[in-house]
Amino acid sequence: MTRPAHPSSTEADAIPAPGDGGRQAARERARKAKTRRGQAIAFASSVVVLGGLAVAVFTSSGWPEVKSQFFSVEAFTDSFPGILSAFWIDVKVFLIVEVVVLILGLFVAVVRTSTNPALFPFRVLGAVYCDVFRGIPVVLLIYLFGFGIPALALQGVPTDPLILGSIALALAYGSYVAEVFRAGILSIHRTQFESGLAIGLNRLQTLRHVVLPQAVRRVRPPLLNDFIALQKDVALLAVVGVIEAYRQAQIDAAATFNYTPLVAAALLYLAVTIPMARLLDYISRPDDPSRGMAK
Amino acid sequence: MTDDGLETADGAGVIDVLSVTKAFGELEVLKGIDLTVGEHEAVALIGASGSGKSTLLRCVDLLEEVDGGDILLDGEVITDPSVDPVAVRKKLGFVFQAFNLFPHLDVLENITLGAVQSGQMKRKEAEERGRELLARFGLGDREKEKPDRLSGGQQQRVALIRAFAPNPRALLLDEVTSALDPELVGEVLELVRELKAEGMTMLIATHEMGFAREVADRVAFLEGGRLLEVGAAATVIDSPSEPETRRFLGRLHQGGLA
Repeated sequence: MTRPAHPSSTEADAIPAPGDGGRQAARERARKAKTRRGQAIAFASSVVVLGGLAVAVFTSSGWPEVKSQFFSVEAFTDSFPGILSAFWIDVKVFLIVEVVVLILGLFVAVVRTSTNPALFPFRVLGAVYCDVFRGIPVVLLIYLFGFGIPALALQGVPTDPLILGSIALALAYGSYVAEVFRAGILSIHRTQFESGLAIGLNRLQTLRHVVLPQAVRRVRPPLLNDFIALQKDVALLAVVGVIEAYRQAQIDAAATFNYTPLVAAALLYLAVTIPMARLLDYISRPDDPSRGMAK
Repeated sequence: MTDDGLETADGAGVIDVLSVTKAFGELEVLKGIDLTVGEHEAVALIGASGSGKSTLLRCVDLLEEVDGGDILLDGEVITDPSVDPVAVRKKLGFVFQAFNLFPHLDVLENITLGAVQSGQMKRKEAEERGRELLARFGLGDREKEKPDRLSGGQQQRVALIRAFAPNPRALLLDEVTSALDPELVGEVLELVRELKAEGMTMLIATHEMGFAREVADRVAFLEGGRLLEVGAAATVIDSPSEPETRRFLGRLHQGGLA
């Protein structure tokens, strides 16, 4: 008689009686064996996949060329300080545009979800704004603002491409974020609004103290997601001549015929987007009690 | 209490409902309701689901607009379009079947938000009153908890405290025990009993016949949007004069609910 080499098969001869403590020990052993097996599989799979990728890249015929063109230590150390200082422009634009986007997005969302007849024209404008600015590629908007508005030669209107490009970014992302906030507001059940009225609040107070705090909390993950996108899209200001990190890296690459500065710039973008992504994971973890709103 | 509403039938109660009608589209939910709730009186609204109990309460709190008729609060018409509904709701407390606490606020904030923001009390005063009421009703240690950490019975007690903390003229209770597990019903009803003992004026939609009989001075039986029978609680529940009321109570008895 042949037996399959399975750990439980030897114990099958002596199945303990119901209620016997032996079964608990058996379950314990089976669980541990399963865990060990899972770890072994994960390890083997990682070695095969990641090792295979590494071998494929590092043994490719073009790798020495790519290594010197994209991963040159010398070119990196030469260009990094300049790119880093240009990156502060990205950071500054991001921080300012982010605040503008939050305020603009919330304002548009509140107007669009209002029911007051007097606000009807503003609801229409809000809908048109969202449709138009969501539907045009950000890079095109930055072009149109950066080159189109100065061409109008209007008095008192800024002509600095940095400012105009930032305004275009803010308007584009304002429309995305307005839709995120609007979805959040609409997801709060009507009974919460009624409950606010029932305790003697007026509509605006109910919105301010009951609906918005819950709506904003609920949309924090998609909101942060849009901010990660915004952090990267600041690089699009390069198209109207703003010398931020990406543009600086491009200049360095063109001057030295080496692409390593672009990799340096990429690392800088990652340095701000990855912490944001981890923060996003943290606040949207499923057991977060501050998420509230089980119902 | 033995008063059967005769002394307030002239429209001098705290709440007077006069010939109120209300329809949602084609569906007529209230077909001419007349009802008075006197000072310190508790009136229970009984009747099957869909008979119009909730709609009537919501009309009184101006959460729904009446079609025909009028509602008076302390003798003043509140169903006139020129009346500010916020001012009316400040004088009334409303408790929902599903509690409707604010999940982002803790227990004490839930209780104080309305009174503070609507300018009825200073924050300190409202918090003091909230703490005192929480302590009195066995929730003293829960003031910092978020509602989802409480049992249904505790949540509904907080909702009741939230409604009566600012000393309203009347409380409107919309089936406050219907969403609770049976073993949690008692603690909520106990609180309502205490409010009644303090003389709170109440209009109570309920399915709990034993409770209605015990706490309410009068019981009003609603059927298909009409008040078929209004009278002293014991009379209506123990020896109803209308055949419809008898049928309704009979169904409850069969279901073991009364």
